[in-house]
Amino acid sequence: MKLFKYTLCLLTVPVILLSGCNDSSNSAPIKGEMKPTPVTYKYQVIVQNLTYGQPFSPLAVVLHDEGDFWQIGNTASLELENLAESGDNTMLLAANNVLSGVSSEDILMPSISQSVEITLDDHQASYLSVVTMLVNTNDAFTGINALDISSLAVGESISLMAGSYDAGTEKNTELQDTIPGPASGGTGEGFNATRDDIDLVTMHPGVVTLDDGLSTSVLTQAHRFDNPTIQVSVSRIE
Amino acid sequence: MKLQAFIVGLACATTSAFTSAQQLEITVTNLTHGIHFTPILIGAHDDSMHVFKVGEQASAQLQMMAEGGDISGLSQMLSSSNADVVENPAAGLLAPTMSTTTMLNTADSNSYLSVVAMMLPTNDGFIGVNSWMIPTEPGSYTFNVNAYDAGTEANDEIINGGGAVGTPGIPIAPGGNGGSGASGVTMDETTPYVHIHRGSLGDDDLTAGKSDLDNTVHRWLNPVARITVVVN
Repeated sequence: MKLFKYTLCLLTVPVILLSGCNDSSNSAPIKGEMKPTPVTYKYQVIVQNLTYGQPFSPLAVVLHDEGDFWQIGNTASLELENLAESGDNTMLLAANNVLSGVSSEDILMPSISQSVEITLDDHQASYLSVVTMLVNTNDAFTGINALDISSLAVGESISLMAGSYDAGTEKNTELQDTIPGPASGGTGEGFNATRDDIDLVTMHPGVVTLDDGLSTSVLTQAHRFDNPTIQVSVSRIE
Repeated sequence: MKLQAFIVGLACATTSAFTSAQQLEITVTNLTHGIHFTPILIGAHDDSMHVFKVGEQASAQLQMMAEGGDISGLSQMLSSSNADVVENPAAGLLAPTMSTTTMLNTADSNSYLSVVAMMLPTNDGFIGVNSWMIPTEPGSYTFNVNAYDAGTEANDEIINGGGAVGTPGIPIAPGGNGGSGASGVTMDETTPYVHIHRGSLGDDDLTAGKSDLDNTVHRWLNPVARITVVVN
């Protein structure tokens, strides 16, 4: 039954669009007649920060058909490097493969959940990605990468947890002037084009901190984290 | 309708588990930032054996692998149980973020997969998969792998070339980023059973201190490896 409805919907959309074109070329559409209503695909993405002391930078939530935002063993894209070192998602949200991209308004504090809605008209995107920086680190990020939502029906949802990754673009020195988050008083540097680490994306080894033997670290035991660090729930609501 | 298809599917799956050999394509990926894997050992075996088991004492063969990267003992143990074995698919060390892929043809009754490799630099840490049931339905299956401690050697974190069974110390830091002159983190190993590794400590002094490991390089969080098995 459901499948039938879906097929019907798919079939009728192009017909409506075509007739819409014809109408406009013939001028004067008849008042009150059916206009082509765009089909909107709308998702609610609920993200929870599972850490104790690692605020997340504003979330980048993206619908896309192609590509992914990172791969273990590959070098980080400039867009990812930017987000993972500074927490600024502007560049990533403007990446070529982004069909629809939304940034959450603010930093997501530990244990807090946040809901972000994202929509795309007339096309059901294949993938959804979420990327955010753990701001009291050099270049740690977490999120979900190209989650397959191509067959997600209205009312259905997918929930998952994920660990943290290391962009590999900045050494994990934990020095005050390299940590952009509140741990450094917000004085640390964000993005720096120099890549002085292994320049490959890996799982993150965790932070060491001053309390656990890194005498030059600006971080404390409160900034330690373990996997998983993020909980994501994606529901299609329209 | 759907339910019926499902039941038929189940019936097929159950049947094939006992009747047909399988061809597997296995990929192992090192997910860590600074840990190398020594030669990997992959075996498909039946349920009469296991390569390691959490909470049990390590076999002498597992100890050889976990302390020195020597897989010959475990490989022999598998072969004598009629397992299908692949030794050292990466032809040496598997560096951070690297992957290796190998084919494995399994005999009829060998429906469990085990994978091990030592982690360097550690005293007796290893990646481990114990008796993962090989799916009978063709497809691609991916899962994460945790780090274990063989429980056979104190985690002193001293790099001294010690890889032989019973010799304390870590054989080598393959990344060339280890230290020297450490006094040792601990001389005790009071839980002599295989367990989830508590992680290395390291320190920030490469010429002295407690540990020869670099605490910004040689730590890890689980998972440490990812395995994809394509069942053909």
